[in-house]
Amino acid sequence: MGIGFSLTAVILLVLIAMVGAGAARLEVLFGVVFPYLALVVFVVGFIYRVVMWARSPVPFRIPTTCGQQKSLPWIKPSKVENPYTAWGVIVRMALEVLLFRSLFRNTRAEMHNGRLAIGSAKWLWMAGLAFHISFFTIVLRHLRLFTEPIPFFVQWANRLDGLFDLAVPTLYMTDLLFLVSVGYLFLRRVFIPQLRYISLAQDYFPLFLLLGIGISGVLTRQLFKVDLEAVKELALGLTQFHPTVPKGIGLSFYVHLFLVSALVAYFPFSKLMHLAGVFLSPTRNLANNNRMKRHINPWNYPVKVHTYEEYEEEFRDKMKAVGLPVEKE
Amino acid sequence: MYDAGKVIVGLLVFLCLITFPVWYNVGSGKGDFKPDLQLGTQEKECVAPKLQIRASHMQLLDTWRDTVVREGPRLYRTWNGKTFEMSLTKTCLRCHSKKEKFCDECHSYAGVEPNCWNCHVIPKETQ
Repeated sequence: MGIGFSLTAVILLVLIAMVGAGAARLEVLFGVVFPYLALVVFVVGFIYRVVMWARSPVPFRIPTTCGQQKSLPWIKPSKVENPYTAWGVIVRMALEVLLFRSLFRNTRAEMHNGRLAIGSAKWLWMAGLAFHISFFTIVLRHLRLFTEPIPFFVQWANRLDGLFDLAVPTLYMTDLLFLVSVGYLFLRRVFIPQLRYISLAQDYFPLFLLLGIGISGVLTRQLFKVDLEAVKELALGLTQFHPTVPKGIGLSFYVHLFLVSALVAYFPFSKLMHLAGVFLSPTRNLANNNRMKRHINPWNYPVKVHTYEEYEEEFRDKMKAVGLPVEKE
Repeated sequence: MYDAGKVIVGLLVFLCLITFPVWYNVGSGKGDFKPDLQLGTQEKECVAPKLQIRASHMQLLDTWRDTVVREGPRLYRTWNGKTFEMSLTKTCLRCHSKKEKFCDECHSYAGVEPNCWNCHVIPKETQ
């Protein structure tokens, strides 16, 4: 059900772009209004969700650790797996964000001849990392259309990505890697029964949308040919807030742009918010120093206390009278 | 909001990153740049219609190279029956003689680095 719904939704988006920018000639709507709207929704929604997360108190340190905790001086602590300093947390977060360290520990349980066997399972980690790296490189490469002159690191990304010089126009490595890894991330949800059971439309929809973006992008570049100069004119106009819509860019560009706009607008409402969420995960971003520092619960109300000093002050004479020892004479 | 300092700094970094093209173009001041091609020829006709050349000249050149280098034939019959030699230097560059004002103008605008000049000598500019 989730698959059908998501696929239909993405196909509908493609059709809307085809009819709108193609048949109805609403180039301004699809080239300027929708991208801007999508960006506004993205930025406002993104900040809103981050602020909502930041408003949740985390009174106690709850990192999920998998190393020796810092304790007695002669026991070697695991500085990164069980961080107790800010630097440990930074290294741990960097490994998590850049290399998906926790996913690397992924395991898979299976019955083998009536016995439960647990083994490492790296495919998800590999496909996930391949997908994120290629998506990042693709976004970086697209900056060539948004900047003039093109910054050196964008040129480097371009050059490195087209290193194999396959086909004309050069087929980018990351384009292939992107389609293959998103394809894998989709197929695993279909073919692994347990995963299929827990997969919902909100899991399939982003995957179909990303596939749609990837396929329309590759087709736009390799097959359908759009007027690149006009595309850059539009993109540069958008960045400077005085967009012009040149005539005759080509339909496949508008399909690609509309799918991207849909993704950008959908982003804050979706699981894709893990982009920000990974930095705000209390099980990752906290140092495990519960016993080294005092962490005060933020919603503690002031408790009325009566200390021993005050008690003695109040009853000193009576205590002395019955011969009880007092600290101050 | 808890850890407001860190969260706000994080959000600001994020905003700076996603608005990179905006302030980069403001800084460079070249946001309105458009390629201005100089033909350097009186010739009115190319080996294919203008739109097709604009979109697919790289594929045409690739086919030409493979045909000449691997298969032998050197003559190309165009859509309207004319014949040209399949040669970057002798055919294309004869009219489009100013590489910097013609090829590079668009290529550097679009961030494309064609591999023509890996083998071909860059022609001397004829004014």
